[in-house]
Amino acid sequence: MTQHVKLTINGRPYEADVPSRLLLVHFIREVAGLTGTHIGCDTTSCGACTVLVNGTPAKSCTLFAVQTDGANISTVEGLEQGGTLHPIQEGFYEEHGLQCGFCTPGMMMTSIAFLQENPDPTDDEIRHAISGNLCRCTGYMQIVKAVQYAARKMRDEQATPNTADSSAATATEAEVIR
Amino acid sequence: MIPDDFTYAAPTNLPQVWDLLRQHEGDAKILAGGQSHIPLMKLRLASPAYLIDLRNVPGLTTLAERDGSLIIGAMVTETTLERSPLVRQRYAGIYDASAVVADPIVRNFATVGGNVAHADPANDHPAMLLALRANVTLQGSRGSRTMSLDDFMVDTFETALQGDEVLSEIRVPSPPPQSGSAYIKLERKVGDYAIAAVGAAVTLENGVCSRVGIGLTNVGPKAIRATQAETFLTGKQPDDASIRETARLAADAAQPTTDLHGPADYKRAMVQTLTARVLRLAVQRATAGGGQ
Repeated sequence: MTQHVKLTINGRPYEADVPSRLLLVHFIREVAGLTGTHIGCDTTSCGACTVLVNGTPAKSCTLFAVQTDGANISTVEGLEQGGTLHPIQEGFYEEHGLQCGFCTPGMMMTSIAFLQENPDPTDDEIRHAISGNLCRCTGYMQIVKAVQYAARKMRDEQATPNTADSSAATATEAEVIR
Repeated sequence: MIPDDFTYAAPTNLPQVWDLLRQHEGDAKILAGGQSHIPLMKLRLASPAYLIDLRNVPGLTTLAERDGSLIIGAMVTETTLERSPLVRQRYAGIYDASAVVADPIVRNFATVGGNVAHADPANDHPAMLLALRANVTLQGSRGSRTMSLDDFMVDTFETALQGDEVLSEIRVPSPPPQSGSAYIKLERKVGDYAIAAVGAAVTLENGVCSRVGIGLTNVGPKAIRATQAETFLTGKQPDDASIRETARLAADAAQPTTDLHGPADYKRAMVQTLTARVLRLAVQRATAGGGQ
């Protein structure tokens, strides 16, 4: 059966008639064409497909698109703004938080939601938060460092807001993710 | 993996849910958080023709103490339970269980009602809720009924739900003073089902156990209440000797099977070890006061 589904992904509206059985991850990758969200295990284990549904991390291989009709979705493509990397992206870059990069989009989406709730986490708290995201390359050491890097940077930004480039558009876009 | 085709509905009240269940009797399945059921559908171990999503039905997300019970609405997520100060302070065993269901991302969508109604013997809540003497409320077009969780859990993936009934809430009796509960799960890694897990609830009166509940996860066709172990410890002081014997009786109640996680004897031994540990923790919490 087909159902009309309307989603906002990274601030942009997408709508289509899709089969009820279409998984959210397939809507994101094939209907919206946003292939930054990866399909890893396809069995709710690895977290490579993690996106934010109304701000909450979700394994998009384990939700039907119809279940999220009307929702705000954030994916890795929405992180970079006007050529500037999001602090979490900068953290993964600076701290070498990836080798192959397959798990990275999911790792980053989970970490962003986590840092909203816990801006000054311990390493253990980070490990707990990302325990639903598997990485087979790094041994997690650099990923934890990358999240700490982002936490520091986001705390600094909070303390001294950068007014130089805070155009209205940037603020609205950022709202969706932050 | 692509599930079989189905028709999706997201009704906005329970009577609509009942109508759909009746119209498509035997072909319809209730969707709560979907974190167990969607994986089954992807493997085509389940292929319902109609999927009835409860997400738009109001009144199923209550989490509050009322009339001497903790009311947990069927659509309360594991994350909500895990973060509730009320649950953590007064129903620590339920907190323990929520915190080890799958992984943190799955817990954002997984629901307690789904965990119970799915009736997978590997699910974590039923054993803890058996230990806490929980009741469940079922609502259907012919009315509402409440039964003990023991009666609700019939067999593997089988519950007492009849006709158009929906599990609407779980009621856990509020703990008397000097009560404690705990849940300990042995898992190889985060996200796995339990190799074995044990939930315990204890109430102390003058240093003696006046009430004991013990539930076992994933060592039988359904969550098991270790009745003989409960009876043995009731009326006794929870000292080393009595806890050791209670743990032995709990291991006797387990019906594990040999699989990739290990031989049946190993799992039975783990039930014994976990029961002793979880009882000590529950007693410690009861002694520390402040409810369970």
